[in-house]
Amino acid sequence: MTSGAQPADTHCPYCSLQCGMRLRRIVSPESPGAGPGGTTVAVEERPDFPVNRGALCGKGRSAAAVLAPGARLTAPLVRDRRTGRLREAGWDEALGRAAEGLADAAARHGRDAAGVFGGGGLTNEKAYLLGKFARVVLRTANIDYNGRFCMSSAAAAQRAAFGLDRGLPFPLADIARTGCLVLVGGNPADTMPPAMRYFRAQQAAGGTLVVVDPRRTRTAETADLHLRPAPGTDLALALGLLHLVVADGRVDEAFVAARTTGWERAREAAMAHWPERVERLTGVPVAAMRRAVELFCDAPTGMVLTARGGEQHSKGVDTVGAWINLCLATGRAGRPHSGYGCLTGQGNGQGGREHGQKADQLPGYRSITDPAARAHVAAVWGVDPDTLPGPGRSAYELLDTLGTDGGVRALLLMGSNPVVSAPHASHVTERLRALDCLVVCDVVRSETAELADVVLPTAQWAEETGTMTNLEGRVILRRRALDPPPGVRTDLDVLHGLAERLGVGKGFPTEAEEAFEELREASAGGQADYSGIDYARIRAEDGVFWPCPRAGAGRPHHPGTPRLFLDRFATPDGRARFADVSHRAAAEEPDADYPLRLTTGRVLAHYQSGAQTRRTPELDRAAPGPFVEVHPRLAARLGVADGTPLTVTSRRGSVTAPAVVTDRIRADTVFMPFHWPGPGRANTLTNPALDPVSRMPEFKVCAVRVEAAVTEGAR
Amino acid sequence: MAAARFARQLLALAPDGSARVTLYGAEPYAPYNRTLLTGLLRGRYASGTIALPTGGAAVRTGTEVVAIDPGARTLRTAGGETAAYDTLVLATGAAPVVPDLPGLRTAAGALRDGVHPLRTLGDRARIAAAVRSGGTAVVVGGGVLGVDAAQALAGAGAGVHLVHDREHLLDRHLDAGAAGIVRRTLASLGVRVHHEPGVLTALGANGRIVGFRLSDGTRIDARTTVLACGARPRTDLARAAGLAVATGVVVDDTLATSAPRVYAIGDCAEHRNAVHGRAEAAWEQADALAAALAAELSGTPAGTRPPAPPVLLRLGGGPVDVAAFGDSTAAGDDTEVVTLADATRGTYRKLVLRGGVPVGAILVGDLTTVGDVADAVARGEPVAGDALGLLVGEGRP
Repeated sequence: MTSGAQPADTHCPYCSLQCGMRLRRIVSPESPGAGPGGTTVAVEERPDFPVNRGALCGKGRSAAAVLAPGARLTAPLVRDRRTGRLREAGWDEALGRAAEGLADAAARHGRDAAGVFGGGGLTNEKAYLLGKFARVVLRTANIDYNGRFCMSSAAAAQRAAFGLDRGLPFPLADIARTGCLVLVGGNPADTMPPAMRYFRAQQAAGGTLVVVDPRRTRTAETADLHLRPAPGTDLALALGLLHLVVADGRVDEAFVAARTTGWERAREAAMAHWPERVERLTGVPVAAMRRAVELFCDAPTGMVLTARGGEQHSKGVDTVGAWINLCLATGRAGRPHSGYGCLTGQGNGQGGREHGQKADQLPGYRSITDPAARAHVAAVWGVDPDTLPGPGRSAYELLDTLGTDGGVRALLLMGSNPVVSAPHASHVTERLRALDCLVVCDVVRSETAELADVVLPTAQWAEETGTMTNLEGRVILRRRALDPPPGVRTDLDVLHGLAERLGVGKGFPTEAEEAFEELREASAGGQADYSGIDYARIRAEDGVFWPCPRAGAGRPHHPGTPRLFLDRFATPDGRARFADVSHRAAAEEPDADYPLRLTTGRVLAHYQSGAQTRRTPELDRAAPGPFVEVHPRLAARLGVADGTPLTVTSRRGSVTAPAVVTDRIRADTVFMPFHWPGPGRANTLTNPALDPVSRMPEFKVCAVRVEAAVTEGAR
Repeated sequence: MAAARFARQLLALAPDGSARVTLYGAEPYAPYNRTLLTGLLRGRYASGTIALPTGGAAVRTGTEVVAIDPGARTLRTAGGETAAYDTLVLATGAAPVVPDLPGLRTAAGALRDGVHPLRTLGDRARIAAAVRSGGTAVVVGGGVLGVDAAQALAGAGAGVHLVHDREHLLDRHLDAGAAGIVRRTLASLGVRVHHEPGVLTALGANGRIVGFRLSDGTRIDARTTVLACGARPRTDLARAAGLAVATGVVVDDTLATSAPRVYAIGDCAEHRNAVHGRAEAAWEQADALAAALAAELSGTPAGTRPPAPPVLLRLGGGPVDVAAFGDSTAAGDDTEVVTLADATRGTYRKLVLRGGVPVGAILVGDLTTVGDVADAVARGEPVAGDALGLLVGEGRP
């Protein structure tokens, strides 16, 4: 083995931590990950990057495996019109077929019949140009992305409360300095292990950790207090805690008076949720609620962080609003080492929602219905504002209407795998099949790519440059460490090529930095203002926190904004707004036919739909397939043991996976991880009931029936 | 309470502007959470902080409805005002029962001074004023309200006597063992508990009650008396309008009364021969009716009704921490009982099973497993040989 030149400082391809890592090129013809000429990269620590300070999890350490030719696509595929099968094709043919499909749908059914579906893993530059492609080239209203399935509830609740949505309003390292940390529906020990150093440091410094989760996860095991509400009842729990805050006279009246509005209604809502009632709704004993309030209020500072467990509900926005209310009532917001934050999931879950791949938004976190925002962005794009479409359908609604009258007929899909990751996935699969044309850009031959008419193999993280915005709102730079293999192009190349074929020859740069320069202009003056950020600053400063407006001529750089809201909230009057919320049932509660609750989540070894991690041998060995966690009493009642194949049935379908008998899960609930396709696909079961505001599907709770699987032999 | 919850949910769920709700109430206060009255008595909650959301309904306080005419779809208030409605929801609640004790009333039938039910904010204020200087109070009735009121008054600094006429406290829900722990907890707060199987006699002086004499001759001196002898559905309005009334206003599975477009929810309603009398049941009914009427307004079919909550006693606002579910005092050849009592820690846990299926439970002092136990009794599914695990939870002795 010979070592190559300078190592490249970059970031992990997976979650929203965007851990810093160093890639060293190695030439090793016999290496399993070796590309052309035997070149591949080795992942090394990058101890100077402040978020993870060198630490990496198994996913990050093994990330180079997906670069290997065997694991990925290296030639475009098109569906042969004669055989109906995917076959390899040249780029010209593939791009031609894709452009033709999109143009045909628009010509036959109107512009909105061509659609775009993006992803929260795309770089800012890709997300930005994808949105521009939809609005300027296709001129369709129908663009949305899988981030809608991620943090849209937290985003809506934060905008309502604070006037601004940034996952964490403070650097991640600040959580080590808070007195009491309440973590709602998140399991960073499994989903973002390098973040755990801050949790441990927080407790080591005398702080306390309260974890709210129906499962006794690895994170919950480290907590000082673990509250286990039934899935779908976090809203009631937050209201119950606020009730106790009021009952015990722990409201920070001065803060409420000076920095908030809407307290009276929020207090009334809390009064309707008395502790014994909340205990019955949630299953959390009153004494445990009281203890949580003591821990939270007795500490000098406090934070509440939510993640998907609290957010992926048909009442996700109200639930997050209720947790924010708890922070506001106790004065734990807009102050150092206190506040509410959301642990974003996907790699660019934050940046992905800021630059225009969301149905209702334009770059810079601007509203697509705001005339001033439309005028600004149209000017940057050199188009008439009136040609920009209005808001389109949200992710699930877009997928749900694919191939229907009035729905999208040709879809360009980039960086997403909805066949595995969408709720009611069997239905979504059917809708994808009903398309006249499906174009998929991906690194690997994902389950969704299998349904495509055109598959465009794209470069990945180590092979291209681009910015990401991590869960803190820190804009960071991934740097190209090696060339993509022959046959592979970047997503920016793809957009450029499609735009050109659809008659727009300019405005789709293939160089990321050029795209970023345009993004800066488009974002200028918006909430997520990147105009003062450039690649050189990101390199020099280990990332820059937005908002970072451009400084006037002759003025020093704006320093970026690591901590938001310390002086005022981003609302017109500078005050945070309490949410007026009340508990309501889940869209689907258990009944006689479906007596149990199902909740879903992740395992340590895998990421999202597993398209990358399942192709990494080390990770596949660590977690080879789906399973169903069942409580020992439920297992005994069903007469099943560890490993017994179980059939789990909801109103939407049935799946089969082996039992894992454990008292980590509540007796009235079963848990399944969602990383796998096929007969054990958890999202076959999940409920696409949507939050009325965020349009977030109810991934985290639905009603199911569980039985020992009938095996072929017994049938 | 039921009315406020109904209004809040209907106005939140109905299509914008399609529903208008007016709440009429005889009390001078906007709707408030009645379950918090004892907490207020104890000194929790700043005054005026127990109001409930009404979702933007018009709230007519101090406006008692004295008659309804389901045929004309009108109502009449005590002030003589007549108002028309499309849909009427009766949430008239329940009135406290005044026991027939010698000496309690004047010759004219009015309660003598110093005697208070505990049902309204006004009652709460009068009781608080009466014991403010640290006087002594008698609580008549050893049920849920009586025990809660006794511990609240003791917490507020009053000397407290609790008089009840049954074998043990909370006898509808607890067995003697559990009740004994409750009694000891009350004793530790300074509450003196008296068992009175016979006739309790009120002692009067100058038109007010100054104490009681028990049938064994014991004399209790106290200038404040709190009546906690249960409540009866308020059905006068419904009865006068010709609606079907048994113990409560009779409603069907859709919460409809016998009159068209008239529904009843909460403590005044009788559903399948049962009057729940619990705030939790009132909430469930309010939610179910609001959902159904909102669905009607939006032209979509109504969703399924939530299951009725199991019979439940839950006292948790003070030192007495008790929960009881279902058939908690059942005994006999067909039942199996698991009991764990630790008098040194003041804990008592009991599970009653029939054929391996939990049908009732009691938890006193340690309610760590209250969620699982409540759920298990409500579901009525076999515990599969792990009754003990259900009672004590994971990893505990």
